[in-house]
Amino acid sequence: MIREDSYFFKNIEMTNENLIQYIYGIADNSLILGQRISELCGHGPTLETDIAMTNIALDLLGQTRSYYQYVAELSAKDLTEDDVAFLRTEREYKNVLLVEQPNTDFAYVIVRQYFFDVFHFMLLKELENSKNVNFQAIAKKSLKEVSYHKRFSGDWLKRLGDGTEESKAKAQQAVNDLWVYTDELFQMTDNDILIAEAGYGVDTNPLKSAYYNEITALIKGSTLDIPETPYFQKGGKQGIHTEHMGFILSDMQYMQRTYPDMKW
Amino acid sequence: MTQLADIDIELHDILKSVPDPEIPVLSIIDLGVVRSAKLLPNQVAKVEITPTYSGCPAMDVIGDDIKAELKKHGYTPEVKLILSPAWTTDWMTDEGKKALKDYGIAPPVDATSDKEALLGNKRVIPCPQCDSKNTKLVSQFASTACKAMFKCEDCEETFDYFKCLI
Repeated sequence: MIREDSYFFKNIEMTNENLIQYIYGIADNSLILGQRISELCGHGPTLETDIAMTNIALDLLGQTRSYYQYVAELSAKDLTEDDVAFLRTEREYKNVLLVEQPNTDFAYVIVRQYFFDVFHFMLLKELENSKNVNFQAIAKKSLKEVSYHKRFSGDWLKRLGDGTEESKAKAQQAVNDLWVYTDELFQMTDNDILIAEAGYGVDTNPLKSAYYNEITALIKGSTLDIPETPYFQKGGKQGIHTEHMGFILSDMQYMQRTYPDMKW
Repeated sequence: MTQLADIDIELHDILKSVPDPEIPVLSIIDLGVVRSAKLLPNQVAKVEITPTYSGCPAMDVIGDDIKAELKKHGYTPEVKLILSPAWTTDWMTDEGKKALKDYGIAPPVDATSDKEALLGNKRVIPCPQCDSKNTKLVSQFASTACKAMFKCEDCEETFDYFKCLI
C-alpha cells in the first residue's frame, strides 16, 4: 500500500541512492526473469509458447529499461542504462531468488512465471499511486502488459495441472519446489520501509494474504495440492543469491565485459 | 478518456508519411504513437512519441525515421520518448484500423468484447479475410508483443489480432 499519512508528519531523509536501491529491488526482478525467459527463444515446447515467452521477456526487459534510465538520471556517477544492467557484480543485484531459478522444464517456467506475475501485478497496482511521477508512469504502462502475462501463466498452470498424468506430476513438482521462494517477494528491507514511508514505494505486507489467497485458489483449481513448507528461502534482496545467479550473469554480461562499451 | 495528440499542422503531413517499421501500412500518426509535434523557433521540430509496449523494439527505428524525414524537409528534429500517459489502442485512428484490416490484421475491437474474447468466453474478433465471427484464440501473444493470434474456423486462416490496450 502507498502510505498516505506519514510523509507529512515525519521528516524522512531520502537520498537518491536510497531511491536507486529501491528501484533495483523492483527492476532487477524484471531484468533477471526477462533474461531467464529469453533463454527459451527458439527452445519453447511449441511455436506459440515460444513466441509468448519471448514476448513476455521483451515486455519485462522494456520495463527494466525504463527503470534503469531513471537510475541513470538519479545517479551521481555518469552511468548509462547499459552500465546499470550489465556492469554490476552479483551482490549488487537485488532480485528475489524466485526469478533466477532455472528453466528446469516447462512446468517450472510456468509456475515461476505465475508466482511472479501475481505479485508483480499487485505491486504495480500500488506503485501506480506512488508520489513519484516516474514510478507512476512506469507502473501504469507495465500494468497493461503484466495483466496479459498473468493470464497466460495462470491459464497454462491450469492446463498443466488439470492435464495429463505427466503434466500434473511435473506441475506439482514445480509448485512444491518453487513455493519456498514466494515469501521473499514480500520481504521489506530497511530501505524498502524508508521509501514506503516517504510515499514513494509500496508497503507489500498488506498484499501478502491476498497474494496467497489468489495463488492458492488457482493451484487448487488446477487440481494440485498446496505444499506444506516449514521454512522459506530468502537472501536475494540482500544480494545473496543462489548458485544459478552467477551463470545468468556470466551469460548476460559476456559481451559487455569482453568488448567494453560495445553498442548494438 | 481519449486524449488527442497535439500536432502542429505544418508537421502533420510529414509525420503521416512515416510508416510503422513492423506494420508498414500503418502511419505512426494513425498508430497514435506521436503524442505531440511542435514547431519551435529556428526550424526546430520537437516530437514526443510513446511506445505501444515497454519493450517495443520499433521505437528506436521510429525515432530515427522521424528525424530523417524532418531533416529532409529542412527541420532540426528533437525526438523525445515519453511514457505517460500510456499508449492505448483508442489512439489508433479509424483510417489506421481500416489499413490494418486490409493488411490482414484484425484491428482492436472495443474493450469489452476484447476482454471477453481473450478470456475465452465469447469469440468476437472477426476474421480480417472473410469477416466470419467464428474465430478462436490460438495464443495471447503473436508475431509482436502488441498482437494475439487467432484462427478463423470458416476460412481456416490464422491471423494476427492487434490487442486492445486501454
